[in-house]
Amino acid sequence: MDNMEISKEIQRISGVNPRKCMRCGKCSGTCPAYDQMEYHPHQFVNLALSGKIDKLMESKSIYTCLSCFACVERCPRGVEPANIIEAVRLWKIRQQNQNHLVADQIPAMLDEEIPQQALVSAFRKYKK
Amino acid sequence: MQVEEKEFKPTIVAFCCNWCSYAGADLSGTNRLQYPANVKIIRIPCSCRLNPMFILRAFQRGADGVILCGCHPGDCHYTTGNYYARRRMTLLFSMLDFLGIEKERTRVEWVSAAEGQKFAETMNDFVATVTKLGENHRLEDLRCKKQ
Amino acid sequence: MQRIGVFVCHCGTNIAATVDVKKVAETLLQEPGVVYATDYQYMCSEAGQNMIKDAIKAQNLTGVVICSCSPRMHEATFRKAVAAVGMNPYMLEVANIREQCSWIHKNIEEATEKAIILGRAAVAKVHLNAPLIAGQTPVTKRALVIGGGIAGIQCALDIADAGYQVDIVEKEPTVGGKMTKIDKTFPTLDCSSCILTPKMVDVAQNENIKIYSYSEVESVKGFVGNFTVGIKRKARYVKEDICTGCGLCTEKCPQKKVPNDYNLGLDTKRAIYIPFAQAVPKVATIDADYCTMLKTGKCGVCSKICTAGAIDYTQQDEHLEEQYGAIVVATGYNPIKLDAFDEFAYSQSPDVVTSLEFERLMSASGPNGGHLVRPSDHKEPKTIVFVQCVGSRSTVECGKPYCSKICCMYTCKHAMLCREKYPDTEVYVFYIDVRTPGKNYDEFYRRAVEEYDVHYIKGMVGKVCPEGDKLKVQASDLLTNEQLHIDADMVVLAAAIEADKSARPLATLLTASMDTNDFFTEAHAKLRPVESPTAGVFLAGCAQGPKDIPETVTQAGACASKVIGLLAKDHLVGNPCVAHSDEMMCNGCSTCANVCPYGAITYETKDFSRRKDGTLMRRVASVNPAVCQGCGCCTVACPSGAMDLYGFSTKQIMSEVDAICK
Repeated sequence: MDNMEISKEIQRISGVNPRKCMRCGKCSGTCPAYDQMEYHPHQFVNLALSGKIDKLMESKSIYTCLSCFACVERCPRGVEPANIIEAVRLWKIRQQNQNHLVADQIPAMLDEEIPQQALVSAFRKYKK
Repeated sequence: MQVEEKEFKPTIVAFCCNWCSYAGADLSGTNRLQYPANVKIIRIPCSCRLNPMFILRAFQRGADGVILCGCHPGDCHYTTGNYYARRRMTLLFSMLDFLGIEKERTRVEWVSAAEGQKFAETMNDFVATVTKLGENHRLEDLRCKKQ
Repeated sequence: MQRIGVFVCHCGTNIAATVDVKKVAETLLQEPGVVYATDYQYMCSEAGQNMIKDAIKAQNLTGVVICSCSPRMHEATFRKAVAAVGMNPYMLEVANIREQCSWIHKNIEEATEKAIILGRAAVAKVHLNAPLIAGQTPVTKRALVIGGGIAGIQCALDIADAGYQVDIVEKEPTVGGKMTKIDKTFPTLDCSSCILTPKMVDVAQNENIKIYSYSEVESVKGFVGNFTVGIKRKARYVKEDICTGCGLCTEKCPQKKVPNDYNLGLDTKRAIYIPFAQAVPKVATIDADYCTMLKTGKCGVCSKICTAGAIDYTQQDEHLEEQYGAIVVATGYNPIKLDAFDEFAYSQSPDVVTSLEFERLMSASGPNGGHLVRPSDHKEPKTIVFVQCVGSRSTVECGKPYCSKICCMYTCKHAMLCREKYPDTEVYVFYIDVRTPGKNYDEFYRRAVEEYDVHYIKGMVGKVCPEGDKLKVQASDLLTNEQLHIDADMVVLAAAIEADKSARPLATLLTASMDTNDFFTEAHAKLRPVESPTAGVFLAGCAQGPKDIPETVTQAGACASKVIGLLAKDHLVGNPCVAHSDEMMCNGCSTCANVCPYGAITYETKDFSRRKDGTLMRRVASVNPAVCQGCGCCTVACPSGAMDLYGFSTKQIMSEVDAICK
């Protein structure tokens, strides 16, 4: 599968249409983990659109993204950048022919400064 | 004596609303887009002027197919006429089904004034469909049919 | 029996190349009722038309069939020609043998046969044609302008200049609209009041213009040229004709805690008020929600102080009915409510303001007399952040999908004015795109960047958090690919603009159509931009879509010229192809009235007894030919077949069907 096909597949899994993006950058403006990431929310969308999804897949950014979904909440066009990250994570798992992450393979980058993704996800899911 | 078998040429009546479809038909003429000569167009002010009775009358008098063309939904010159036409035709179609007239013999199409191409394509397609169905015998008034 | 003449046109070779025109004429001559048939090179030419005229006279024709190009092309030409020799123009039918025959077929035999059939159908129709006379309706030579903003003012002035009466209905106590709240105007930085107030005075002094301020349109009846409009004059508890506008009462009123609408609630006014010094009409108004006298019956200070005796606490809403020939809709816009935009902390901090509020803060007539200070602590802001596209171009629920058009330019203006008046202020503008189409607009924007050193940053503000006396602004800079954190003193939000809330119910009253964003739709987006599809209703200003002042004034002028064009006519000639009801068959079931999109059908109870003694009263439909547009929807809906359409009657269409299927 070439990169363009993977990008299409990522779009399909995430349900994100990157063409809806009008490049305002509000997602990156709102992102709390901006400085910890190599690629930023507005770039997720652009990478998915231009078929350079491999860059995102190899980046540690996908595990630094907190899945706080602030970008999804704030996007004026309903693009949902964080869903791309979720889809990329899922794609990585599927690539390894298994449906769960092996703990050792998660890049060891537990940053004291930022809360871990699972924790933030849990807050988001169970806040109500 | 052997009767020479003539190629079957269906009689098609097309009702076109004055504002969109009639202009669309004119445009297909202006662009020299061909469609069979069996199609004869009757101009009506709006698709909602079409009384379902006209369609039955056409079938009775020997038409093999009747098509109604109007403005696209939402584009009606009289704002809502084509919605009424659409409902009436839906009702008529279910009745034609009951009478045993193949529902392919009638059709409703939305053709705008800019869609000359679509008009010609629709007519070609409709004539082909009706030709395949053959002559309409169900409602014909035997006194009216050409010998 | 009709005496019909058939005229077949060659159209050069356009028709003659594929249709045997001679044969068409000869064959049609055999049709019953056809007494004359001929063909000619160009029927539409002078000679061709004369040929038709001569034949009508020589042959005593009662009906004419022209086999030529589309009726959309030359029907009007031929109708005019036959009318010149005294024949009713509606006794003529055109068989379309060019666009719908010769141009689309190649086989001569086939095309000729089709042309004959089409001609036969037209002959069959003419047999049933009846002379029709177009109805005439008089035009009330007076226009109504709904909304007294710059659009309404300009439109009313232009119509009044042409010598016609104009009434303006304005829901606020004064005309002037949004422009009175604006400090300076782009791209020339004129003072808004300085250019608007002379126009307001003109409106007040023009003897052709009558202002109904503090009033609303309640009902609209009638049709183009003959509207009857109900106007509600809300009680202002001050006699408009007696009040001198001295303003003494507005100084003495003890109720001081009324939010001041004119300054968008940034300060307070008294319960009796004159919106601003240049208000037109300059008359005080009592805010009934706050007035102690009206609420408790104990106070009456204003009536004691008023030397003219203008105060009247017992005043009631007044209901008027007026006649108009044309209606102009100029209801304008409002910035959207920003409650749903929590991320910008608009409801959390008084120092986060909308652009229109900022306009008041900068204005000399504003709450601080034009000295820019923060609403919270009255300190001069040192860092100001402007956020563009707040709610505009947004497909999510709380936003508007369209571009509000004016924000790029006014933000640019604000940034420039800040830097000019307070050069030690840092000004940041966060933009997605800067849209400056317009004369001298882009130059204006470049000046802000190049001469005034405004920091334009491509990117959007993600969130604003009030922290201490600062506003922490977090935003992205897409060009340097970094996240910015700015400690701002003030944040100004360029809120999207939306159509005024009164527009939607007004559209229902006028039966004028609207788009999904509550903007009035124009009859044609390009070719009829100031007319509503509803005849006699015209559009000016932001009621039709977001636009700036120059564009609004342009549109208002265009609108006025259309209104003048209508009012200049003594009579409107209608389309005679309208519906009519056969009273003997009508059973008054109301089905036709329900499907009529124009409300052209009314019911009356008529006496059908032989001796007219009232023993046989029946309710029957009657069609107003001035309102009916002739769609024919009612003719099909009528269960008893009483409705029919002139020019496209059931019998006529049936005979066409018969002729084609024969």
